[in-house]
Amino acid sequence: MVATQAAAPTTTDVVLHATGITKRYGGVDALKGVDFEIRPGAVTTLFGENGAGKSTLMKIISGVEQPTSGTLELDGAPVRFGSSDDALDKGIAIIHQELNLAPNLSVRDNIFLGRELLTPFGSVDRSAEDEVVRTLMERLEEDLDPATKVADLRLGQQQIVEIAGALAADARVLIMDEPTSALSASEVEVLFKVIEDLKADGVAIVYISHHLEEALHVTDRAVVLRDGELVAQDEVRHIDLAWVVEKMVGAADEEVFASLDPNPGEVVLGVSDLVVADPQAPERNVVDHVSLEVRAGEIVCVYGLMGAGRTELMEAVAGRMPVVAGQVTLQGRDVGGLNVRDRIDLGLGLVPEDRQRDGLVPQLSVGRNMSLASIGDFVRGIFLSGRIENGRIEAGIAKTRVKTSSPNAPVGSLSGGNQQKAVISKMLLTEPNVLLLDEPTRGIDVGARAEIYSLLAQQAQQGLGVLYVTSEIGEAITGSNRLVVMHKGRLVAEFDSRKVDRHTVMAASGENADLAGETAENEMGASR
Amino acid sequence: MSAQPGAGLFRARTEKINWNAVFLEGRALIALILIVVIFASMSDHYLTATNLLSMTRHVAFNAVLALGMLMVILHGGIDLSVGSTVGLSGVVAGSLLQGLDLSLFDIVAYPAVWVVVVVAVAVGALAGYVNGLMVTRFRVAPFVATLGMMYMARGAAMLIADGRTFPELQGDPELGNTGFSAIGNGRLLGIPMGVWIMIGVAVLVAILLTRTPFGRWLYSIGGNSRAAELSGVPVGRVVRSVYVISGMCAALVGLILASELTAATPQTGQMYELNAIAAVVIGGAALSGGRGTVRGTLIGAFVIGFLTDGLVIVGVSEFWQMVITGAVIVAAVALDQFQQRLNHTRRGPGKPGSGARPATKPAEDKAAASATVSN
Ligand SMILES: Nc1ncnc2c1ncn2[C@@H]1O[C@H](COP(=O)(O)OP(=O)(O)OP(=O)(O)O)[C@@H](O)[C@H]1O
Ligand SMILES: [Mg+2]
Repeated sequence: MVATQAAAPTTTDVVLHATGITKRYGGVDALKGVDFEIRPGAVTTLFGENGAGKSTLMKIISGVEQPTSGTLELDGAPVRFGSSDDALDKGIAIIHQELNLAPNLSVRDNIFLGRELLTPFGSVDRSAEDEVVRTLMERLEEDLDPATKVADLRLGQQQIVEIAGALAADARVLIMDEPTSALSASEVEVLFKVIEDLKADGVAIVYISHHLEEALHVTDRAVVLRDGELVAQDEVRHIDLAWVVEKMVGAADEEVFASLDPNPGEVVLGVSDLVVADPQAPERNVVDHVSLEVRAGEIVCVYGLMGAGRTELMEAVAGRMPVVAGQVTLQGRDVGGLNVRDRIDLGLGLVPEDRQRDGLVPQLSVGRNMSLASIGDFVRGIFLSGRIENGRIEAGIAKTRVKTSSPNAPVGSLSGGNQQKAVISKMLLTEPNVLLLDEPTRGIDVGARAEIYSLLAQQAQQGLGVLYVTSEIGEAITGSNRLVVMHKGRLVAEFDSRKVDRHTVMAASGENADLAGETAENEMGASR
Repeated sequence: MSAQPGAGLFRARTEKINWNAVFLEGRALIALILIVVIFASMSDHYLTATNLLSMTRHVAFNAVLALGMLMVILHGGIDLSVGSTVGLSGVVAGSLLQGLDLSLFDIVAYPAVWVVVVVAVAVGALAGYVNGLMVTRFRVAPFVATLGMMYMARGAAMLIADGRTFPELQGDPELGNTGFSAIGNGRLLGIPMGVWIMIGVAVLVAILLTRTPFGRWLYSIGGNSRAAELSGVPVGRVVRSVYVISGMCAALVGLILASELTAATPQTGQMYELNAIAAVVIGGAALSGGRGTVRGTLIGAFVIGFLTDGLVIVGVSEFWQMVITGAVIVAAVALDQFQQRLNHTRRGPGKPGSGARPATKPAEDKAAASATVSN
């Protein structure tokens, strides 16, 4: 199942060696004395649950953060990185988990930000830069114009830009913190090819992903972090998926999705003939006459490739995007013309795809982010009731198991996966009748992923209608009762999730179903 | 920024961080205390009750403007029109007190003082509403929208007054419109009305910001308006309200000023917006929105007021006053940046200095807003 070439370098040479790294944030020990090494021409993959300390360790190695204690050695000589630029100068580049792009700048300007190519006259040499960008895009098999503004790209394409930026640095050590969380299966394939090439050139790669199976494909050496400690490491040929999960969670985790016992009630969400125009090219329809229904107690998945129009569909239903034609009804009531706020009041909420951009207010605490959408529920008279609010926040944190030191911690202090849980929790606190979720498990670890889907199943049992989008074939099938496939703006197929296999679904979505063969064994089953 | 403090240092660190926080959060207060101490040592007169009261009375004008400005800045905008609105509302009050010439009915109406106050405040609210409408409906950057209003309101004031001053606004008992001068000159429990108004506005704004959904909404819009909108925050309504409140605050100041002098001049209030912005910024608010408090803003207003008056009292020349005031503002903001950087370590990902993920800012208006500081 794990088909990695045993060509893993047997060399013991190490580019970068971290010894006894600890990192403390206020009262939180993010890392507790980690010894970690990175080898050239190999992929070292970091596994660990949300909040295990993976990103923190990578930030330290790439100079973004300074360790509380511990040392770094580059080529055997001690180094200290004052900043990420410092580390970059020494050949260490990082692709951040949370994208780090300037949306108002073009693809080209983002890729070369801070290290622009100059003409002999000292001006920016755009044509030379464009040339490089084109080569990079060719390599990533992505059709992106260097002059496009990043704000106009979908999330996956932004992630490609982020990757291209790191590649452009020609680093010796390349750190990829969840580079594929917004990529489609074929884009991931391409990235893996690029990784193989980089390895052949002797680049040392550190890879982080919650798609365990996918990650094992590129891994040469697996390292597992748990609660800030390095608990296990081994060559990939000695281990398998079960090993990874066991080490990550501490014990073999028994959790599976709550058994879905669909007992659909009446239709809570109706979408008929919905048409949404592409904001960039209004003559094109990104959502093209889509009709679907979600019943109370039912969990429906919209599966499809990136760019199939799924996000636009969700945003239009939520009232965020204007529709050209068609109708959205909520419990039989036409909600056309109502804005996001009205729809939330009527019980229709959206968990957006991009939590940084659309989900979180960085200046507010974890708790206040979570209570923002349901603020009306704890107003007494005209004043907020702190007591009721805190009670609800506590309940929300417990229910979605957000790992935070306190509800008053800044939301940015949470690990990526826990930020995601906070956003989901925010919408659940509005007590919706229909919940829309756009890639609800982006950046969430296996255990938490199962938790989220069982949470949804549980809520559905109480009458919630759920419509979610995912690019994960495993999640699409296991998490839902019913599955619709979207392709180029249209709904092209519909399946009963219990009676369908991956190949059929992927083929319907226009995806290369051969890929399914490899990653087939149930990825979601990883938590079993 | 050294990498590894020893284990011993480490224990002390939690405490040290707290002290840092106290120092930085309270830096405006420290500045204020320094100012008082320095001037008190230079002049016996400075720390007398009379002088403190008279300085506070001066502070009140700027503080009321700054409280309105604070709300605008919290959403990530800026209001350059408040100075002009001060002038406009004063002139509106002046013209009403001098008699409203209804030539259509061939009479001159003399509205009661309370009517005058209501109308003047309504004019301020209207100016603010137009600002808000331009920002939310027509997507004009706040800097530009309120810059336009700054000219328009000033022009309107000039037109109403025909460029002249409305003198002697004490009213006439026979016309039943006396009492206007009490707003600026009256006292309650020995404290000038202007100061009471400042206290009243501060309490109201503080309650609004910390105890109501409106306040929470405002902070969330300033932090990330896209996320706020998706969470059901009525973004447009909140933003419009904020400009209305700022306009009303400006109108109040216009009334107090006109009342104090019992005269209204269309030129009144020029450059007041800059003092208000300075007070908000010294008080620790971020021009990018989402961060700032009433307490900080009040302290900021006191810093500026006590500094300016102190410089006058010890006889520093007007030109040096400008230089010193400017230096204090810049120092406060520089300190603020330092604090941001400290905080950044505790915030999200990204390089220090690269700020939050840019997408979380409604780009242009912020850029415009930060342009003001550099002026
Ligand atoms: N800036 C910060 N301030 C306070 N605590 C932080 C900060 N950054 C990280 N932490 C804490 O450190 C721990 C490790 O976080 P980290 O982001 O490294 O996790 P991770 O393994 O990358 O998780 P994920 O898979 O969710 O991305 C978490 O408990 C987190 O709350
Ligand atoms: Mg992480």
